[in-house]
Amino acid sequence: MLEIRNLHVSANNKPILRGITLTLKKGEVHSIMGPNGSGKSTLAQVLAGRESYEVTAGEIMYDGKNLLDMAPEDRAREGVFMAFQYPVEIRGVSNMYFLRAALNSIRKYRGEDDVDAMDFLSLVRNKMKLLQMDDALINRAVNEGFSGGEKKRNEIFQLAVLEPRLAILDETDSGLDIDALKIVAEGVNALRSPDRTFLVITHYQRLLNHIVPDFVHVLAEGRIVLSGDKSLAFELEEKGYSWLEKEPVG
Amino acid sequence: MPTETQQIHELANQEYKYGFYTDVEADTVPPGLNEDIIRVISEKKGEPEFMLEWRLRAFRHWLTLEEPHWANVTYPPIDYQSIIYYSAPSKKQTVKSLEEIDPEILDTYRKLGIPLEEQELLAGVAVDAVFDSVSVATTFKEKLAELGIIFCSFSEAVRNHPDLVKKYLGSVVPYTDNFFACLNSAVFTDGSFCYIPKGVRCPMELSTYFRINAAKTGQFERTLIVADEGAYVSYLEGCTAPMRDENQLHAAVVELVALDNAEIKYSTIQNWYPGDDEGRGGIYNFVTKRGKCAGVNSKISWTQVETGSAITWKYPSCILMGDNSVGEFYSVALTKKRQQADTGTKMIHIGKNTRSTIVSKGISAGFGQNTYRGLVKILGGADNARNYTQCDSMLLGDKCGAHTFPYIEIKNSTAQMEHEASTSKIGEDQIFYCQQRGLSAEDAISMIVNGFCKEVFKELPMEFAVEAQKLLSISLEGSVG
Ligand SMILES: Nc1ncnc2c1ncn2[C@@H]1O[C@H](COP(=O)(O)OP(=O)(O)O)[C@@H](O)[C@H]1O
Ligand SMILES: [Mg+2]
Repeated sequence: MLEIRNLHVSANNKPILRGITLTLKKGEVHSIMGPNGSGKSTLAQVLAGRESYEVTAGEIMYDGKNLLDMAPEDRAREGVFMAFQYPVEIRGVSNMYFLRAALNSIRKYRGEDDVDAMDFLSLVRNKMKLLQMDDALINRAVNEGFSGGEKKRNEIFQLAVLEPRLAILDETDSGLDIDALKIVAEGVNALRSPDRTFLVITHYQRLLNHIVPDFVHVLAEGRIVLSGDKSLAFELEEKGYSWLEKEPVG
Repeated sequence: MPTETQQIHELANQEYKYGFYTDVEADTVPPGLNEDIIRVISEKKGEPEFMLEWRLRAFRHWLTLEEPHWANVTYPPIDYQSIIYYSAPSKKQTVKSLEEIDPEILDTYRKLGIPLEEQELLAGVAVDAVFDSVSVATTFKEKLAELGIIFCSFSEAVRNHPDLVKKYLGSVVPYTDNFFACLNSAVFTDGSFCYIPKGVRCPMELSTYFRINAAKTGQFERTLIVADEGAYVSYLEGCTAPMRDENQLHAAVVELVALDNAEIKYSTIQNWYPGDDEGRGGIYNFVTKRGKCAGVNSKISWTQVETGSAITWKYPSCILMGDNSVGEFYSVALTKKRQQADTGTKMIHIGKNTRSTIVSKGISAGFGQNTYRGLVKILGGADNARNYTQCDSMLLGDKCGAHTFPYIEIKNSTAQMEHEASTSKIGEDQIFYCQQRGLSAEDAISMIVNGFCKEVFKELPMEFAVEAQKLLSISLEGSVG
């Protein structure tokens, strides 16, 4: 469902990704691990359509469509969702209002009517339960005054409501304490389905104890230097990332 | 796919949606200003002698004044002798029902989305529609009259309630107050008058739609609202103007008087033609608005949403004379293209335990310049006065500007002052976040800006708040997508 071929990306003329090739099939869970600064967030942001990154070579096909030709909002409407590493605050706009507007614009794109107010409420209630979200949080302004952990949980809550086909999680574990991590991971697991593909980006292996990936890829200096199954995550946890950088990259 | 910066730029340069011009035969006087013109205006309006005298005194004083230039705005010199000071739709001067109104005028309102009949029927809003300089429609008058409420055009008030006018006209804004208020005092053509008698709570929102129409006609509105002891009124003022080539001067005066335990809530949506991309042809809006909390426990609340005009110069203020009186100012000012706004408030604390709240939201886009200028003055006798001021600016793009001049004068050591200020740039990351959730950049900007203004919008009456949000979105809308 997602095919990244020889992707090269620069920001401010600085090359960051240098030839990423990666295929995600429908329903698979892939994890990308790598040291800080290796380009993980860059990859996520390019998939989501961030303008400040320049794709200098390569292509990305999403369900047979050229993803790079699509506006960011159209990617979202086509089912691409990114849980931000640093979620953004929007003052004065309630979470509920925001989510409903988002859901309706996605529905409109699909030619569907606006979501019924009661249906929306029960959908939200359901997903709040899934992520054990506090009632107060949902009526507050988007991420305003949320703790780091609350913001991350809110991202997954949005994911649950919007039900994308491709979910990209950018370091969702950072900022979560162990209990919150479990809740969020359980939430994600509940959302796993044969129709939903995940790209789980993390620096640490601990998230992958809870969200067990089908594949693990290691990103270093803008390249995928190793791919394997979930055991690769444990190996990395033991050895750290430093040995990768020292080895000649093939 | 345009970049976000481009999109912001496009949004900021969106065309004025209400640009059209209605052709109504106008009954006008020749351009220029002198005592004869003033006599003609007064005569055409059938005014009593005291009114003419007051106008002439104002005019003579005006001749000694110079146009002020301290505001943070620039514009070419105004030629006061080229302005036509009186113009009235000539077909009918007074009407008893909407059917009598020139269909073209009704159509104009319809284009603006202000269907009078509908408002009359559905919203229960009494509308005193000002078209050009003379009121052509006044509705719900009888219903209000049962309660002893007087709500009519200013000219009618001068003729029918001269004692009230005499007593309160100029009692808050004397004609000596400032250059523009003085000019208005000399030449004002019409406006609204409202008197709420003792203990009466006005059961509906009173509203006036202002409109500038005939070319070269300066518009000099005069509004006077008096809430007698224990009375309450909520007054709405809203306006848009047709697109015209020439700069149109608008120098209105609004005076509010609240006696003991009275409350006046005054809400404005202002959407006059802001001018073209170069700033040509927009309205100059130099307004003097002031309320006097004359009585104990009285309250005056100003809420304004300013999106139009080439230049706005406006400081709705409160004189807190009565002990325990309360003054409030909630403002949203949007400047885009070449628009300039210098707006804010003055809170003058005179009585004991007086309180004031100022919440100002400035949004600048394009080449817009947005200045907040506020004065909080606590006089010696104002024991335990309190003020809370919050001033937030938001910038869209990097060619616009936001400026803040909060002045404070305290002559009483028991005063408590709280001030908060912020400037934020509508961030690429905020827009991107919304886009990533499926919203267009346009919707994102509108949502972010409306969120930013929320504290002000919640002060507006419900229907007005919806209109304000829509207006802000329309003003920011672009050719995206
Ligand atoms: N907009 C940008 N402009 C310049 N450099 C950037 C930009 N975004 C990221 N980088 C740089 O690219 C590298 C990769 O960043 P990032 O993708 O955030 O890494 P990771 O998420 O793996 O920690 C870092 O060196 C970072 O400083
Ligand atoms: Mg990162």
